[in-house]
Amino acid sequence: MIPPAFEYLRPNTIPEAIALLQQHGEDAKILSGGQSLIPMMKLRIARPGYLIDINRISGLSYIKEEGGFLKIGGLTREAELESSAVIRAKYPILLDTAHVIADPQVRNLATVAGNLAHGDPANDHPATMLALGAQVVATGAGGERIIPIEEFFLSLFSTALQPEEILTEIRVPAPPARSGGAYFKLERKVGDFATAAVAAQVTVDANGAAQKVGIALTNVGPTPIKAKKAEDFLRGKKLDEANIRHAAQLAADDAQPSSDLRGPAEYKKGLVKELAKRALSRAAERAGK
Amino acid sequence: MAKKQLVSVKVNGREREAAVEPRLLLVHFIRESLQLTGTHIGCDTSHCGACTVVLNGKTVKSCTMFAVQADGGEILTVEGLMKDGQLHPLQEGFKQEHGLQCGFCTPGMLMSSYALLHNNPTPSEDEIRRGISGNLCRCTGYQNIVGAVQYASGKMAEGKMAQGGAK
Repeated sequence: MIPPAFEYLRPNTIPEAIALLQQHGEDAKILSGGQSLIPMMKLRIARPGYLIDINRISGLSYIKEEGGFLKIGGLTREAELESSAVIRAKYPILLDTAHVIADPQVRNLATVAGNLAHGDPANDHPATMLALGAQVVATGAGGERIIPIEEFFLSLFSTALQPEEILTEIRVPAPPARSGGAYFKLERKVGDFATAAVAAQVTVDANGAAQKVGIALTNVGPTPIKAKKAEDFLRGKKLDEANIRHAAQLAADDAQPSSDLRGPAEYKKGLVKELAKRALSRAAERAGK
Repeated sequence: MAKKQLVSVKVNGREREAAVEPRLLLVHFIRESLQLTGTHIGCDTSHCGACTVVLNGKTVKSCTMFAVQADGGEILTVEGLMKDGQLHPLQEGFKQEHGLQCGFCTPGMLMSSYALLHNNPTPSEDEIRRGISGNLCRCTGYQNIVGAVQYASGKMAEGKMAQGGAK
């Protein structure tokens, strides 16, 4: 399959890239990992007139802890999450997520920021970042602005990023002591989108009661879904089997799946319930409740 | 038509270049501009991994990347595995352990296995299966491919020991 013709632009700095975005407006797309954009261009679902390749901009690829946040650069690849010592030691939910995205070759190119900026509710990091309460840094001509992840996903393939902005960093608040998280996904085969998936991140107090709870769902609605009822229910409660089971039911109630080739809506709701149960149990276990 | 751009790459140790349209996919550049047809096009949708090559030390699906993106980079394709008339231990392994039947997926399998062994010379069976999870094979059921990678891993360890012993 041959993608439609486009002009290829390769800026060396962020200001250069933003100037190109301003010049070409909505006819331009940012090319980072390209693992969603290029397949869409080959299918001619996307037909940008200009591709602005940001891969040669230096200083955009990093994973670091700074000022109470884990900071992930705009060009950091999924494979880099998998091999990062800090991710392995302190952010098991991010490791869970990176592990089940596509396959090794795709993860070598695909970026975490692209996984969010694409605005696809079938992508995996959106739910994980919702559960973690992350922030997105958008850089435009006027400088940086910070968008809470809860306000980022507007509708199918549409985000709060403006056409002349670039997602340059993701900030995850450093989890306090006694925190844990997990991501559970069911896929038909390696590399497929989730039939459904659930991200859960919890912090418990000394008595094992949940202080902070983040739960979010993948590919069961037009946007990634924050399971607010389940979160509210669990806050202040012990993460025991009965409470987790009830919260999992509330999460399933919040899901809005549609029937498709991955299964009927009812099946997907049931799946969310089971995956939520597993994700919450693993998160609680990792928090050392 | 967008104007052509010059792409210069080092492929299997040789400097190559060609002027191409930006929309030319890396796999078409390799197969048509460079006439290296060992790299295959299978699904053309980023699933099957037959087009896998090693770019700057990392495996990529060359059907899901533009040639212009690889400009200035170093590429290893299946043609670059053999050295001094000797098969690479992986190629030998695929032959000895019957790691192929029709052979269509083999170039991609070899490149993924090559990168896997480069990063992890003695992978477990699980790690091998995970390492080749982006490559589909419709013939073998994967069992003999895993065996072939294990064969190569052993052979390469022997090679290293022999080299060490000669010092």
